[in-house]
Amino acid sequence: MKNRLKVLRAERDWSQGDLADRLGVSRQSVNAIETGRYDPSLPLAFKIAELFDLSIEDIFTSPSKES
Amino acid sequence: MAYSAAVRQYSRRVIVLMILYAASLMTVVYSFSRHLLTGPPAYVAAILPALPVIGIFAAIGRYLIEETDEYMRMLMIRQSLIASGFMLSIVTAWGFLEGFGLVPHIVSYYAAVLWFAGMWVGWGYNIVVTRRAA
Repeated sequence: MKNRLKVLRAERDWSQGDLADRLGVSRQSVNAIETGRYDPSLPLAFKIAELFDLSIEDIFTSPSKES
Repeated sequence: MAYSAAVRQYSRRVIVLMILYAASLMTVVYSFSRHLLTGPPAYVAAILPALPVIGIFAAIGRYLIEETDEYMRMLMIRQSLIASGFMLSIVTAWGFLEGFGLVPHIVSYYAAVLWFAGMWVGWGYNIVVTRRAA
């Protein structure tokens, strides 16, 4: 699933490890989500959205809307 | 790379179980080779090395319960599924070959050996898939 995680992270000058620590997950998890290899569960997606103070739709692109 | 508390706990359990496996296997093999065991105690002793192996399956189950990182949990589930598919495929094929008298009989604990070999296959698959898009 496409997402803006890498951009949002870069805007805050966070490394993947920094974001992982804030989310309480591994750096590999952040990498997998950023590169679209892993779609997070709804609770983790909410956690990510709350961390960036955005809605889930502002971060993740719905697969039905992907071109 | 920092390992999660669940991975460290899992590793500790597996190390203890492997030590128990080696100790029980050596003791039982020695006892049977010296004809020290007969009757019901022989059955109990023969099953002893199987218990730590079963314990490793349980340790994997505990890891899946205790791991809070859902991505890491998914990797272990995928690894275990690949191991199960690997083992079941070979055992099924071997069973037919054996049924038609083309290959010799192999004792059933080799299913566990194949499953653990399949875990390495699953581990390799996870590494390849993880690195492909990293």
